[in-house]
Amino acid sequence: MQQLLPFLLAPWLLTAAHANPFETTLQNGLRIIVKEDHRAPTAVQMVWYRVGSIDEVDGASGVAHVLEHMMFKGTPSVGPGEFNKRVAAAGGKDNAFTSRDYTAYFQQVPKEKLADVMQLEADRMRHLNVDAREFAQEIKVVMEERRMRTDDAPEAKLFEQMNAVAFQAHPYRRPVIGWMSDLEQMSAADARAWYDTWYVPNNAYVVISGDVEHAEVFALAEQYYGSLEGRDLPRRKSQIEPQQEGERRITVKAPAELPVLIMGYKAPVLRDVEKESEPYALEMLASVLDGHDAARFNKKLVREDKVALEIGIEYEATARGPGMFYFSGTPSEGHTVADLEAAIRAEIARVQKDGIGEAELKRALAQLVASQVYKLDSMFGQAMEIGQTESAGIPYQQIERMLDKLQKVTAAEVQAVARKYFTDDRLTVGSLDPQPLASKPRRAAVATRH
Amino acid sequence: MSLKKLLTATLAFFAMQLAEAGVAIEHWVTPSGARVYFVASRVLPMLDVQVDFAAGSMFDPADKSGLAALTRAVLDLGAGSRDESDIAEQLADLGATLAGGADTDRASISLRTLSALDKRSEALDVLRAVLQEPRFDDAVVVREQARTIASLKDAATRPDAIAGKAFWAAMYPKHPYGRQATPESVATLSREDLLAFHARYYNAANATITLVGDLSRAEAEAVAESLAAGLPQGEAAVLPAPPQKVRGKVTKIAHPASQAHVYIGLPAVERGNPDYFPLLVGNYTLGGGGFVSRLMQEVREKRGYAYSVYSYFSPLRQAGPFQIGLQTKGSQAREATRLARDVLEGFLKVGPSEDELVAAKANLTGSFPLRLDSNKKLLDNVAALGFYGLPLDYLEQYQAKVQAVTVDQVKQAFFRHVKPVDLMTVTVAGE
Repeated sequence: MQQLLPFLLAPWLLTAAHANPFETTLQNGLRIIVKEDHRAPTAVQMVWYRVGSIDEVDGASGVAHVLEHMMFKGTPSVGPGEFNKRVAAAGGKDNAFTSRDYTAYFQQVPKEKLADVMQLEADRMRHLNVDAREFAQEIKVVMEERRMRTDDAPEAKLFEQMNAVAFQAHPYRRPVIGWMSDLEQMSAADARAWYDTWYVPNNAYVVISGDVEHAEVFALAEQYYGSLEGRDLPRRKSQIEPQQEGERRITVKAPAELPVLIMGYKAPVLRDVEKESEPYALEMLASVLDGHDAARFNKKLVREDKVALEIGIEYEATARGPGMFYFSGTPSEGHTVADLEAAIRAEIARVQKDGIGEAELKRALAQLVASQVYKLDSMFGQAMEIGQTESAGIPYQQIERMLDKLQKVTAAEVQAVARKYFTDDRLTVGSLDPQPLASKPRRAAVATRH
Repeated sequence: MSLKKLLTATLAFFAMQLAEAGVAIEHWVTPSGARVYFVASRVLPMLDVQVDFAAGSMFDPADKSGLAALTRAVLDLGAGSRDESDIAEQLADLGATLAGGADTDRASISLRTLSALDKRSEALDVLRAVLQEPRFDDAVVVREQARTIASLKDAATRPDAIAGKAFWAAMYPKHPYGRQATPESVATLSREDLLAFHARYYNAANATITLVGDLSRAEAEAVAESLAAGLPQGEAAVLPAPPQKVRGKVTKIAHPASQAHVYIGLPAVERGNPDYFPLLVGNYTLGGGGFVSRLMQEVREKRGYAYSVYSYFSPLRQAGPFQIGLQTKGSQAREATRLARDVLEGFLKVGPSEDELVAAKANLTGSFPLRLDSNKKLLDNVAALGFYGLPLDYLEQYQAKVQAVTVDQVKQAFFRHVKPVDLMTVTVAGE
């Protein structure tokens, strides 16, 4: 590390910046985290609520996301649509996103407008109107969103159905956007109840990054958010996914030309930054297999063997719920999903049997080190990193410790997690069976089993 | 001491540099004729370099659609003594990345690297090799050709891609912008075609080089010179005749998707057209301003017809499109399309209100700093400015030009460029 960036070693620089990001907690339990970054005269505010589709119940899937839409529909002091108008007038951009684990709202603004958007977010944290007429319009928009993002998007549909099979008891089996029939039957009262239950300052944290002074931001936070009352939250019941005992398979038919394969192995996520080591090893494995153009998958399966048109890995090491290590790809012309599955399995077996090389690990480390520099180019990205880490219950202060631990992963640890977690009993396989459009010849049928 | 803390410390020390300096673009021409644009941004220890050639799909020969894209795809997969694996491995070891692609106008190749001398020298060596001695290995050409054909076939099943292609074909019936790569056209391409295209267009006269990051002016000059020196001087690309306006028509294509995909538009303005600012400001009110735009208000907020509805102008080297887009469930496609057209025609008649004009200007000028608050965004903006030969003070003048727009100018500019009779409508939907 130190040879890499020797000019950074001037020790007299270290003390002043040590505390950045800065943090305070208001009386009502709302935490404020400020990352100062003075490169450009802009700022980002993100308000994160610790509530997502993981907290939904059957029959009301999608309500977390619907409420996200309703958050733009006004309060007693800010009319419907007025939120967007005010942010736009301030020269800002704003949006929101709902995931399994959290719901978050953000505004990017010129720095002198930060106070305005803090006032707006504080207002809708406790004073939202959930008007029945507004709801009736907005639920139609959400159904159009579902049609666009899932129903007419073959990969997304496959992913949705594959997760519904991989998880049986845990709420991760439900799609974030919700099942269509749940959306059709949802009412304004459902959204209202959701808001009343979960949108309180003690279930939220605010992340602000940019050209700001933290003391000023803390004062503004007190001014705008300080008067909102906290309230006890319902007990969150942990819903444990029963142990999977045997491989699961699902096929989805949809109009498309190319088949798609997804293989998901149940894998651990990080709960304790210090005590656990496996999630770090899984992250390094993902990098060795798929972290860059020279990684094993691209080199072997795309370029050399040409069995895949494209291939990728998804693994999130932090989450509130259970983890999955996903492989996904598209076979090239003349190959089936069975061929691709066999090729991926062969690559997995190679790691299990022979491990990985020191050079590969070193390369993954070089990626990691460089990415830590590149990520500082985006204020938004830095706020996202803090917010997402916190959403999984891991304090942002531990981000650098996680990076340290990642750098200490050994080749033996990588081999050990590959052996332990990539077993058939933990596996769910989904394949997209492409259907021809009318009047077009269809591609050779997909074999179901290798 | 962790890397992260060290980096944080550096940030604090250099605080305010970018903000105080503003965007100072330095420009020069290399002896071989490449135009160079440089912004020193010394806060972070990193460097972005982008090289753009006028080598986009508009230069595809009529019977070789897809040639520009395939040439660019293979360009960085083997160069000089390095095969594609050597390049990928060397870059990975450095923590550097090559990226880019080809659009209608440009073929781009960009490098992101740490700026420490040992890292950046090696990374720039790779870029130099890619620019000066690409191999176009036959096996790689054949493989990338097959991958391209497969993805084109797949795109031909996707309603949005089908609609997009039909839309461009309708707008530009006799111009290269309207020609699309097909599985058949790509199948006819050979390595010789790629070599010939490369030899014609990847030269210094046809290149702009943009550098953003942790370099001094002297270092930037040396880097630009080393990249450009080995390029053949060559000749700048010759543009085809500008696109002609054609009478609007309606195209309907059947597809089993649950939603209809609708595009409405026509060829409008080229880069640098003086009407661009009135069109930009006016379009904010029409469909560019997100939730506050009229299209979003009418189509989404009032009726719940669509999740996404928008309009924009996309100025290109030659007249690029004005485009409205939306997706809505098949049974209400007709009403939603009618509504979008009504909103447009209403806007064309009276333009924005004074209040709407004020709101548009407030957002477009106020949000300007957000367009430039990272090296990546600076690179994108400066590279486009350089490639299209916009004035060096374009970014400095941006807010003033927006402020100066009047309601009357908006109406006149739309009148000149968006005639309802010329609008193409493409709908991909169920029967």
